[in-house]
Amino acid sequence: MELVNLFIKSAFIDNMILAYFLGMCSYLAVSKTVKTAFGLGLAVIFVLGITAPINWLVNSFVLQEGALAAISPSLASVDLSFLQFIVFIAVIASMVQLVEIVVERFFPALYTSLGIFLPLITVNCAILGGSLFMVQREYAFDEGIVYGLGSGFGFFLAIVAIASIREKLRYAHIPPALRGLGIAFIITGLMGIAFMSFAGISI
Amino acid sequence: MSTETAVKAAASAEPKEPLFSKKNRKLITDPFNDNNPITVQVLGVCSALAVTTQMKPAFVMTLSVIFVISFSNLIISLIRNTIPSRIRMIVQITVIALLVTMVDQVLKAFVYDVSRELSVYIGLIITNCIVMGRLEAFAMGNKPMPSLLDGIGNGIGYGAILLVVAFFRELFGAGTLFGVQIIPQFMYDLGYENNGIMLTSAAAMFIIGVLIWVQRSFNEKLVDVS
Repeated sequence: MELVNLFIKSAFIDNMILAYFLGMCSYLAVSKTVKTAFGLGLAVIFVLGITAPINWLVNSFVLQEGALAAISPSLASVDLSFLQFIVFIAVIASMVQLVEIVVERFFPALYTSLGIFLPLITVNCAILGGSLFMVQREYAFDEGIVYGLGSGFGFFLAIVAIASIREKLRYAHIPPALRGLGIAFIITGLMGIAFMSFAGISI
Repeated sequence: MSTETAVKAAASAEPKEPLFSKKNRKLITDPFNDNNPITVQVLGVCSALAVTTQMKPAFVMTLSVIFVISFSNLIISLIRNTIPSRIRMIVQITVIALLVTMVDQVLKAFVYDVSRELSVYIGLIITNCIVMGRLEAFAMGNKPMPSLLDGIGNGIGYGAILLVVAFFRELFGAGTLFGVQIIPQFMYDLGYENNGIMLTSAAAMFIIGVLIWVQRSFNEKLVDVS
């Protein structure tokens, strides 16, 4: 039950884009049509769901203070957490590469639909942010998996929603200077306010 | 006589460009308006907006980003000819991650409370697209000095937006600037209230949207025709 709660919380209340602004760059760049937004959204769910648990394992068995004591008691006082950023981003970059190879080999249809988005995900702030938030909030392993999937789903929802709105916006009369980017920001703000109404929901 | 010709020969072989030539000045000033990282290139919005509820974290963030972007530009530009193009992303990310780790450790050591406030957002400078974007677009193809200037210019252009957004959010959301009360007490006594929505994430989006609107109204060539 608590895991379901966490999923809902990470997808709606703590939405990556609307509450924390993570992944804004790709969110704005790829949300011009629903089809591409859908592809990017799926890829993000996928990669966040994989990297969050892996980074959890790396953090608790290698980086944390005292984690290396399992290898030799003399290493018990070693604290490698200052290496967190470099290790996390390396894990993410290599996982994305690995996922790309596996998907290309076994799911060619999915690969063609994800296309360019898979490699781009390495530099998507939402992925690194997911891992960092997970460590900061001290989630357990199962919570880490659910958190990764939940925030990926939140990203998916937000990007598909804005893409659908932007497709319709083409027929609207918007002041020329506000067209494109400006209106996209304002709509994101409005969506953020709408998502705020989820605050406090728990099952 | 002979030394003079030698000097002349050296000078003509390597035309020395003054540090603040027109081209170099343009590298620094362009990102303010015509090529602003946030409002025109739309890069680096990610880690920026969450730190703008107050001026102080926004200011620290600005300094950190200027440091990271200018030095990563410089380093990558110095080694640009030795990086194999297939693994250049990894090399770039490693250099950025190294610089960000340095910034993070310095902040933790000297301004711990600000470091707590910025929490994960310092780490997220690594994936801040503006740093990667400038490396790819500029440092990979230019000499170290212009790259450094380009980095500084883009860092400042990015920071300027952060500070403007933070100014409005802190002034109207909390009535303070840098933690100093600006809106006088008698206004509150008369029934003035802080605008709570300024502290939410939505307000940052609105302010940037309006900034883009204002900028594009004055700068016709930026208008999105599609």
